[in-house]
Amino acid sequence: MILAASYDVPTNIVFGVVAAGMIYAAIRVVTSKNIVHAAYFLVAVLAGVGVNFLLLQAEFVALTQVLVYIGAIVVLFLFGIMLTRAPLGRADDLDNRQLRPAGVATALLLVVILAYTLIRGFTDTRLTLPEGAGRTTADIGDAIFSTYLIPFELVSMLLTAALIGAIVLARRD
Amino acid sequence: MLLNQFLLLAAILFSIGVYGVIVRRNGVLVLMSIELILNAVNINLVAFGTANGISGQVFSLFVIAVAAAEVGVGLAIVLLIYRNRRSIDIDELDELKG
Repeated sequence: MILAASYDVPTNIVFGVVAAGMIYAAIRVVTSKNIVHAAYFLVAVLAGVGVNFLLLQAEFVALTQVLVYIGAIVVLFLFGIMLTRAPLGRADDLDNRQLRPAGVATALLLVVILAYTLIRGFTDTRLTLPEGAGRTTADIGDAIFSTYLIPFELVSMLLTAALIGAIVLARRD
Repeated sequence: MLLNQFLLLAAILFSIGVYGVIVRRNGVLVLMSIELILNAVNINLVAFGTANGISGQVFSLFVIAVAAAEVGVGLAIVLLIYRNRRSIDIDELDELKG
């Protein structure tokens, strides 16, 4: 599984530490009794995902992750918590207790099935990262504005529509 | 590094997010769990993309943009539910039940 390969030991150590922290923080996101703490643990998970992108030499995606997720989306969540006047201290009614066994069973089943498939399919598949300084950001720019131009424009339309939609929905009239 | 270490981490994150979506009652917390799921998918996209040029990273950027739009509209809906019902407990929203 996450055995340190015979090479790349430093990156594997970083990955192991970050992955353990991410899993702990993710579990706290879905189990924490304090809704603001859940938002802060979400920040930890998102930062860990950014570190994973850096390990995969996707520095532009990592920076976008920090800017968009940690900078914007988490702040939006905190605003949502504030505006819905969520209980700021400990609250015991954040979970549906009756569904908890079903949730644990579903999550465990998913982990087992996914892990079995992945271990069967991709054991010993090594990542082929280019050596030295890449030019990923320039490559992403080239790809977005040539091959993926139409999806890019569609995403900008979607963002505009979502922005207007959110204002229309949340406006008091 | 092995490909599998990233894929397994993403699988675990995805399952934790699914647990949150099933169990949480607060609308904002359900949206947070959905973010966990989307991030797991992004790790998968970038990890698989290392073998196939730049496409994986471009797709993960699109996922991030769509997730931002989703959170904006989702939180607006949660806010509207709160304003109409004084509560964002999604287990109480059972008006579609026959």
